[in-house]
Amino acid sequence: MLWACLRLVHLPLDALHAEDARHPHVVVEGSGPRRHVVLANEAAAKAGARPGQPLAGAQLLCPRLAATPRDEAAERQALEAFAAWAYRYSADVSLAAPDTLFLEVGASLSLFGGWPALERRMRGELDRLGFAYACACAPTAAAARVFARCRDGIAVPAAGALQAALATAPLAASGLAAGTVDTLQGMGLRVLGDLFRLPRPELARRIGQAALDHLDRLRGLLPETLPRWQPPARYERRIEFCYGIDSQRALAFPLQRMIREFALFLATRDGGTQRFELRLEHEDGACTRIEVGLLAPQRDAASLFDLARARLERVALAAPVHALALHADDLPTLSPLHRDLFDMNRREQLDWPALVERLRARLGDAALHGLACVADHRPGRAWRFVSLDAKSPAPMPVRAPRPFWLLQRPLPLRGAPQRVISGPERIESGWWDEGDRRRDYYVVEVRGGQRAWAFLESGSPADAAAGWTVHGWFA
Amino acid sequence: MFTSSPFEPLPSTGEAPAYASPPLVRTPLPVPPAPGPDIASRRVGLPSRRDDAALADVLGHPAIWRRGSARAKAADALSTGFDALDAALPGGGWPCGALSEILVDADGNGECSLLLPALATLTAARRRVALVAPPYVPYAPALAAAGVDLAQLVHIDAAAPDTHWSAEQCLRAGCCGAVLNWLPRTDYRQLRRLQLAAETGGTIGFVFRPLTAARETSPAALRLKVVAGADGARVEILKCRGRFESAQAVRLSA
Repeated sequence: MLWACLRLVHLPLDALHAEDARHPHVVVEGSGPRRHVVLANEAAAKAGARPGQPLAGAQLLCPRLAATPRDEAAERQALEAFAAWAYRYSADVSLAAPDTLFLEVGASLSLFGGWPALERRMRGELDRLGFAYACACAPTAAAARVFARCRDGIAVPAAGALQAALATAPLAASGLAAGTVDTLQGMGLRVLGDLFRLPRPELARRIGQAALDHLDRLRGLLPETLPRWQPPARYERRIEFCYGIDSQRALAFPLQRMIREFALFLATRDGGTQRFELRLEHEDGACTRIEVGLLAPQRDAASLFDLARARLERVALAAPVHALALHADDLPTLSPLHRDLFDMNRREQLDWPALVERLRARLGDAALHGLACVADHRPGRAWRFVSLDAKSPAPMPVRAPRPFWLLQRPLPLRGAPQRVISGPERIESGWWDEGDRRRDYYVVEVRGGQRAWAFLESGSPADAAAGWTVHGWFA
Repeated sequence: MFTSSPFEPLPSTGEAPAYASPPLVRTPLPVPPAPGPDIASRRVGLPSRRDDAALADVLGHPAIWRRGSARAKAADALSTGFDALDAALPGGGWPCGALSEILVDADGNGECSLLLPALATLTAARRRVALVAPPYVPYAPALAAAGVDLAQLVHIDAAAPDTHWSAEQCLRAGCCGAVLNWLPRTDYRQLRRLQLAAETGGTIGFVFRPLTAARETSPAALRLKVVAGADGARVEILKCRGRFESAQAVRLSA
């Protein structure tokens, strides 16, 4: 096990996205006269503002001081975002309130090429996020946290060197309760090494078993238990625009960005999406909802974007759009297709679902059907549309010819047919459901030479001059 | 540089067309002097042996058809199921990865039944067949009776502006064995798109068009005209890639 610890050292300030670092700024907590400084930025610290100081005192030292109340929800959210980011480097991510994040990197080292390479890579990404941080790594999470409290960039990968490295750490960074630290400092102990040298029973009597266990956990003598962070099972993003957008084409750009982020999230979770919703928010709180449903879970950014855009294009924008939101509650696991190495129909299996999705997105969900036979003698009821890939029952064996085209509404034939080719075939059925039919069907040739499937109501002679009705074409 | 069909219009530069016999004598390429028979052959102005081999390579290209040969190299094709029609078609069936046009003056000439044996073969091989915007309902019992596996059949409803798009998507995706299109109004440009899509996807595309379209040019690889006859449909081949003889009629047994 090798734990990396990431401490967001200025989280209360950074979570507020304070813009100007030169202007003195503090984050405060508490109410009324008990309001005190939690964290001061560089300019305020230079003026003399210290954590724990009453706000009134800090304002005396620095009259231009700006004070913002602490937003713990924003801090929590920022920490969650970092956990989601860290999840791409390790499957074991753990959050420790208020500002610390652990990730087990021992299992990821061979993939990323060792800790120095992984650290470089992580730092490259962290620097761009704009949060001040300290990062350390050690064989135990508690030790990594101690190092991260001491200084940024300490790495002690070897378990053998751990005790020696911990021995030099000051007690204030040890993670022991503040009261215990005060007691120990009162005894003249300054660093963890002083504690390690003391006999255990005496130490246990003075600082208690819990603190002793903590010291053991630091050195890896006791196992640690950390809550494992799990990526959320739903996804929500919202982009607000500075002005109303009233063309679908202009919406495609933010949509693409959004879907790309969404696909990245899905890839991190190793899942897919089967149903998500786009919300186009208008000025007066009105909202257009676009449901995007898929036949099978997917996470490919390009195809998700194509589908979402096709659905978007089918929607008429009633009013300018001021914000675009994406919600996905249904994030099933993605099971990739397993295929035979020598399967000849490889492309077919791969592309068919994608093609169906594309067609459904543009033409509507009800545009694609399969055909099936129904065991009924009446021609109009001997078939039906079914959903795709539904199993069709075996057709009834029929000796007589059947036309390729069936007319939904039979058409009267003008005059008599030129020639009767075969027939009659009497179809008499349906007394039980109000659709009683008694007809004599013939294959006939009409004037243009085409072949039709025509019927006479039963009882009429085959050489009748009138009363012929065409029900299908032998196309 | 190489025309895939002798029917494509050639630029009239006054030279011999590309499919004519190659000139026997070619200017030799400037090669560094080498000892042996090469020098001798160059002196008398005959092509070197290396040029001959290169030329044979070029002429061996499947897209080149020479007037002297009896028939083009067998292209990828799917048997139509009618022996007479197979014999008349150069590949021995419906050309794969190309568009085949079927022109009829009215419904009921037996134009769709012409495809049924091929569709039965395709669906039996578990290839999908898409019907894009058919004018009527394809009657399931008739299809099943012809041996078509209905589970592989997809009926696509598309209104006028989307029919071409749907057809192109189905042809291009390469996951359908055949795509049947009914395009009463279309033009050369749109058909060209469909033909290219069929080439990309390696799909057999069928387009049903009215007989009046026979006068227009078309990029389709095969154009058939189906006329009703007293004893079964008569099929006339209007255009056929890879065959030089003009219009030929085949009578199908009813």
